[in-house]
Amino acid sequence: MDKDLRAGIRDASPLLLGILSFGLVAGIAAVEADLTFIQTLGITVIVYAGASQLAALELLDGGAPLAVVIGTAVVINLRVVMYSASIAPYFSAYRRRPRAVLAYLLTDHAYALSVAEYAENEDRDRRLYYLGAGGSIWVVWVVGTVAGVGLGTGVPEAWGFGFAVPLVFLGLLIPAMSNGPKAVAGIVAGAGAVLAAGAPLNLTLLIGSIAGIAAGVAAEEVWA
Amino acid sequence: MIELGAGGVAPAFLDAGGDPISLGSAGGLALTGPVRVWVAIVVIGVATYGLRLSFIHLFGLIDEVPPWLRRPLRYVPPAVLAALVIPDLITVRPSVVATLVDERLIAGAVAAVAAWRTESVFATIAVGMVTLWLFRFVVLA
Repeated sequence: MDKDLRAGIRDASPLLLGILSFGLVAGIAAVEADLTFIQTLGITVIVYAGASQLAALELLDGGAPLAVVIGTAVVINLRVVMYSASIAPYFSAYRRRPRAVLAYLLTDHAYALSVAEYAENEDRDRRLYYLGAGGSIWVVWVVGTVAGVGLGTGVPEAWGFGFAVPLVFLGLLIPAMSNGPKAVAGIVAGAGAVLAAGAPLNLTLLIGSIAGIAAGVAAEEVWA
Repeated sequence: MIELGAGGVAPAFLDAGGDPISLGSAGGLALTGPVRVWVAIVVIGVATYGLRLSFIHLFGLIDEVPPWLRRPLRYVPPAVLAALVIPDLITVRPSVVATLVDERLIAGAVAAVAAWRTESVFATIAVGMVTLWLFRFVVLA
């Protein structure tokens, strides 16, 4: 196997246990939301963005209007625009079609690993490294989701496995609150969502998120 | 039956009543329409792919995120994640004690420390679930 491809897989490997468990949670959540196996595979492969998948499943199951389901998922995924802009210069030498494939694999982890590696190691074959990292993340994510479907209803309810969903988000939230304004954004969004609990049309998440984003921008003004 | 609202975005998983954490106890009544599910999947998928492709595709035409967009985008991850998590951990009850002495809030707080120390999603899930089970099956049993 090519050494650049292998380097990508190797660098992604410490993250794969977390991605596998996240995938398991997503698979179980899909079963509990009464998605068929094909629908679960569909959301996992077509959307391929864990946090937005879990939120969409909860909203669909809760009977939220489609516009709210879609709007919420899109807001959750807005952050990839930053990744796209940041990684774009490294992909500028490639043709349109390979770039379209690379874009599909753009996730938090694939982005973070690749940009760090490109900055450090100019000789890397960028495409192969990225495919190694992003591809192994994709495979493990899909395997985890399918395994989660298999586990699905087999988990006793008393174990409260649904609690693993907020725990996944918590594991991502704490590192994301990496400076003052970002912590303010998180705290205001969390408080806003609690206060907005029970808002009509399941708008809780959108209300909390927008309040948090506004608070983060305002806090940045004060901090600077 | 379906409970709207009480538990924020996760009413089906975490209703605020006496059955706090059971996956899917509300059943799938809302998902009787497979078309609705597929429309959601495809529209979210296409939109998300568009976001991923955006600047990778436009590079050369637009090389940078304009500053007016960059600033709010910076706060999307902490804001969205907190809005997802916190309503699942905190249920406002009539008294302060009843609000604070809640297995989900305590397990969430312990898991948050694990997340902070390890920055590992797996460790966060493991510590949070074990704490929840300790409370449910040992302390409060």
